[in-house]
Amino acid sequence: MVEIKDVYHVAELANIEISDKEAEKFRVEFEKILEYFDVLDEVPDVRPTYHVVTLYNVFREDKPGRCLTQEEVLLNTQHKEEGFFRGPKVVE
Amino acid sequence: MKIAEWREKVLEVGCYEAISEMLKRIEKSKLNAYITVCKEEALKKAEEFDKGKLKGKLAGIPVAVKDNISTKGILTTCASKMLSNYKPVFDAHVVERLKEEGAIIIGKTNMDEFGMGTTTETSYYGVVRNPYDLNRVAGGSSGGSGAALVNDECVLSLGTDTGGSIRCPASFCGVYGLKPTYGLVSRYGLIPYANSLEQIGPMATCVEDLALLLEVISGKDERDSTNAGRCFSFSRVENKYKIGVIKEMSCNEDVMEKYEETLSELRKFYDIEYVSLQSMKFALAAYYVIAMSEASSNLARYDGVRYGYTIEKLESWRKFSSKVRAEGFGEEVKRRIMLGSYALSAGYYGKYYLKALKARTLIIEDFKRAFEKFDLLIAPTMPTVAFKIGELKDPLTMYLADVNTVPANLAGLPAMSIPIGFVNKLPVGLQAIANYFNENMLLNFAYDLERLNIAKVC
Repeated sequence: MVEIKDVYHVAELANIEISDKEAEKFRVEFEKILEYFDVLDEVPDVRPTYHVVTLYNVFREDKPGRCLTQEEVLLNTQHKEEGFFRGPKVVE
Repeated sequence: MKIAEWREKVLEVGCYEAISEMLKRIEKSKLNAYITVCKEEALKKAEEFDKGKLKGKLAGIPVAVKDNISTKGILTTCASKMLSNYKPVFDAHVVERLKEEGAIIIGKTNMDEFGMGTTTETSYYGVVRNPYDLNRVAGGSSGGSGAALVNDECVLSLGTDTGGSIRCPASFCGVYGLKPTYGLVSRYGLIPYANSLEQIGPMATCVEDLALLLEVISGKDERDSTNAGRCFSFSRVENKYKIGVIKEMSCNEDVMEKYEETLSELRKFYDIEYVSLQSMKFALAAYYVIAMSEASSNLARYDGVRYGYTIEKLESWRKFSSKVRAEGFGEEVKRRIMLGSYALSAGYYGKYYLKALKARTLIIEDFKRAFEKFDLLIAPTMPTVAFKIGELKDPLTMYLADVNTVPANLAGLPAMSIPIGFVNKLPVGLQAIANYFNENMLLNFAYDLERLNIAKVC
């Protein structure tokens, strides 16, 4: 059972504003999808696989290379000031 | 069009003229395969080729690149409103390699938004149409890369495959597409959706061309920490493969008819047996839980500050970024980010995410056992032919279409779709899966099928 308050809760976790209409649509869909995911309850207790590659400690020389310039980094934003990003207020 | 045919044409009319013709074709096309066409750059490169200045394995060959692969100074949108104004300031490793080998990047192909879909219907730029029936989809998420090949809107293309996104459009469009072993091709510059699952891979209209493109894009790259540091090179081997037919991977009646016909053809040349992989019943759920979880973390970067869609007024952080994300992401992307956040949230991590990772272990072990006995495993790539546009109304129904393709991503194994003919004038693909880093075997098998006329394009 997915309740409407669960949908608002994950929307907040995901940092996405949703309308009441969207919330109800997602609620119905989530219920169906999560019910399908219940098949995983049958998975026996084995070790989890986080990653399929078995690479350990890949080292390289610690040499300085080319970095993006400040100008390049700021090329895709409209919120900038004196060579810095300008962000929204974090503390109220 | 194959590379050999393209080269002939270029000998005849010159590269500039050949590229001009292709650009006109793209302009007139109804497929909607491209988001951005690199007209000026492509013509400039063609001119260089005609003057003998462009060298390399792919010199003068027009290659289409999926729009989630970074191209310096060229719009890279991931088919999302969120990145509809984004021009990367660097090239992806695979794009550097294409340029080093003299390829001409003809354009950036349409796809499902951030790769999240099986039909390209989630693209902000509209659906890609199937070249064999304009009322049907080309498959997804690399739909543009598949459709463009069929209509001679490129000679080679790059796709990306997180849960089948190369193999599905290859199957629906009747071309070859290969998802390499996880780690064979650097993901540097690939805009991430689900890092532990996705790989960039080649798509082409013949096996030789597919192999050549894989040779070019594979190899060592220190900028991707999961890169295996291996180079691929194709060498022809003739072999009588031992082939396992995966019992748990099925399809609808139409596709089954063609599939069984192919199986009986294959029996004349190869040793074929059925094999059961019981963990497959967990694969689709495990795949979606992992992909959505990784997506929820990966797509957290889109906050409207450093790049991508934004709004003018900088309110409080929470208000600002949740509004940017509400306006910039499409519905399927929101759905996956939210479900991913749910699967990772307190109280549900053990029920969904951890269980999915355990299922992943079972799937890997099942494949390992199968490869002790068989060289290759086969199945239908997709359970159906290309869907009608608008046919899949409900998200879960769309997810179910990926049931045969996701296991290879969960295990990190190389897998390809081989075109085996048509049902009701629509293409059908055969999926072949090999053991880790055995791309050479996959390609040799496909090469054999091409020679035996079991595999065919058009």
